[in-house]
Amino acid sequence: MTYFPEEVVEHIVDFLGSHRDRNAVSTVCKAWYQVERLSRRNVFVGNCYAIRPERVMARFPWMKSLGVKGKPHFADFNLVPYDWGGFAQPWIEAAARGCPGLEELRLKRMVVTDDDLELLARSFPSFKSLVLVSCEGFSTDGLAAIATYCRGLRELDLQENEVEDHGRQWLSCFPDSCTSLVSLNFACLKGEINTNALERLVARCPDLRSLKLNRAISVESLNRILARAPHLVDLGTGSMMVNHHTEAYHRLINAFLGCKSLRSLSGFWDASSCCLQAVYPVCVNLTALNLSYAPAIQGDDLIKLICLCFKLQKLWVLDCIGDKGLAAVASTCKDLQELRVFPSDIYGAGTTAVTEEGLVAISSGCSKLNSLLYFCYQMTNTALVTVAKNCPHFTRFRLCILDPGKPDPVTDQPLDEGFGAIVRSCKNLRRLSLSGLLTDKVFLYIGMHAEHLEMLSIAFAGDSDKGMVYVLNGCKNLRKLEIRDCPFGDDALLKDVTKYETMRSLWMSSCDVTLGGCRALAAKMPSLNVEIINESDEADEFQENLSDLHKVEKLYVYRTVARGRTDAPDFVWIL
Amino acid sequence: MEAEASYVKDTELRLGLPGTHAPVATRGSKRALPEDDEKSHGKSKARVVGWPPIQSYRKNSFRARKAEAEVAGSYVKVSMDGAPYLRKIDLRVYRGYKELREALEDMFGCFSLGEASGAEGCTGSEHAMAYEDKDGDLMLVGDVPWEMFISSCKRLRIMKGSEARGLG
Repeated sequence: MTYFPEEVVEHIVDFLGSHRDRNAVSTVCKAWYQVERLSRRNVFVGNCYAIRPERVMARFPWMKSLGVKGKPHFADFNLVPYDWGGFAQPWIEAAARGCPGLEELRLKRMVVTDDDLELLARSFPSFKSLVLVSCEGFSTDGLAAIATYCRGLRELDLQENEVEDHGRQWLSCFPDSCTSLVSLNFACLKGEINTNALERLVARCPDLRSLKLNRAISVESLNRILARAPHLVDLGTGSMMVNHHTEAYHRLINAFLGCKSLRSLSGFWDASSCCLQAVYPVCVNLTALNLSYAPAIQGDDLIKLICLCFKLQKLWVLDCIGDKGLAAVASTCKDLQELRVFPSDIYGAGTTAVTEEGLVAISSGCSKLNSLLYFCYQMTNTALVTVAKNCPHFTRFRLCILDPGKPDPVTDQPLDEGFGAIVRSCKNLRRLSLSGLLTDKVFLYIGMHAEHLEMLSIAFAGDSDKGMVYVLNGCKNLRKLEIRDCPFGDDALLKDVTKYETMRSLWMSSCDVTLGGCRALAAKMPSLNVEIINESDEADEFQENLSDLHKVEKLYVYRTVARGRTDAPDFVWIL
Repeated sequence: MEAEASYVKDTELRLGLPGTHAPVATRGSKRALPEDDEKSHGKSKARVVGWPPIQSYRKNSFRARKAEAEVAGSYVKVSMDGAPYLRKIDLRVYRGYKELREALEDMFGCFSLGEASGAEGCTGSEHAMAYEDKDGDLMLVGDVPWEMFISSCKRLRIMKGSEARGLG
């Protein structure tokens, strides 16, 4: 196609949204590579150690939006040591040097410091949007820098980060001239907020559509905020503690009556059934509802609320909703696409909250369901088979039976057949998490049927290396495989080493792989980083003396064009 | 379900009687595996690192909440001498004695509680705020720090008349 003028190629390439398509285009020929790289505006780096930041900036100098992910997924569950890595600093520094036109930055599971945030705030004059998800390492001082220096900031979205509280003054750092905010989410902050400053900020940002408050914001303050921002589409309430028949309660009712555009509600910290009536008027329009931080809302009050939300597409709740509550969801929320049911009593007596019955009810009522995260104490094969039949559109299916390795309580059988039914029926399944008692058979089924599977999470499952091999052989589109506490060893690891080049990463912890196996993998595949994470003291001292037979506690393998890491701590060995 | 009779499985350490089907024990594990349904819930969950797979952010938020719930009670009854019925309030909603007093004035509106003089519980008018603590004793409101008050207060009583004066 060398007779095609570049402008035409560029115009055509502009229609391509997905990273995958653009990546494919760039491999056609040198000319197309050039056109594509100079016209790419959104860049996504799924693993921050797969490539050095400078290379990314050099290749895409006109980048406007950058997304980077750091730690592996199991870091969410404390399986990755605190200072393993995933530092934002080199990325922000490289971007400051190479792409000063950057407008949006999204970081997930990375370590971000206050210095990083200050550098970010000062380096990009057109900066518009900062989204930090599950990050740590910064404090409210860093937020103050963002507020102070990012003129024209549209979005500051902090999701589930660990943020050190250095006081409430950061919010006051938004200058009076800041009127551009569209989205502000500080729900994860633990400390007090300067509510006066917040109310004034909200009042002067007419385009504000999404606001998520933290637990420190009282109902009185919420009332004043809603009075000034009635056009909100997405609201995360603060502390919803309020008593009936108080002034605050009446104002709350009026406040919600005024919110005609509200489509998404979350927060409800400390909420009791008292506050629910205030929310009734907006329920009929809600498409998203997150009650997963409100354990006091249960039983009939919760059901009454749910029965008003017939347009709901996304629902996050605690398992105290019970099977009865899920039946109510099934009969009311016909448009439901995503459901997450979290456990409310993690360390307790294991009283039945939701069971397989609730899930079956949901599946029969909500045929559009495509994304599920379900924590329960038991599941049966029959139920899973029924769910598979009722809901063939699952793209994400994550089932967590809280007792590791628990069989079907009715038949005492493993859950191979149930999950088998899911992968057979759901042709578009991209993400799957398994639990319960499972043998190698379930992996055979997954390898055979889960053609589009991209991410698989396995825990306490399988009998032998065959299980892992079925998956590696069968799932052509597998990108991320994470395994814990399974009897998979070196044979499985080394069966098809080139497979890992087609994947983003492999995680194995508390399995049967040995140091020898990992060394062999590293030797055969220089295009991979083979990381051993060894936290025990003895390993430090006797590193050289460890034999090949030593069992590896945590293994993280990922493809990379940046050999090794310069920032790995002592307990991480890159073979 | 047949467990494959592999060498590894035969020599595997496991909990439970031989011959019964128990989940595979992972090597070197400090974790208690579920032996049977009834016993397992509390034990095994508490000991397995990173299980259940819930984001630490969410786990921490529940832990903090549990701790708080143990300190602060829930709703307490409020009675006022002479009033025909009682009310119930959630003490955690208020940040201090002043707010509590204002809320009670709102609630029992027709009976003015007046301004405080001296101790919070004592008023210039004829009412005193008292509370019943964990031991069942009737105490004057205002002597102890707020946090201590809400954790020990079981019931509120607005007293009037001669009884109230005696508490001043």
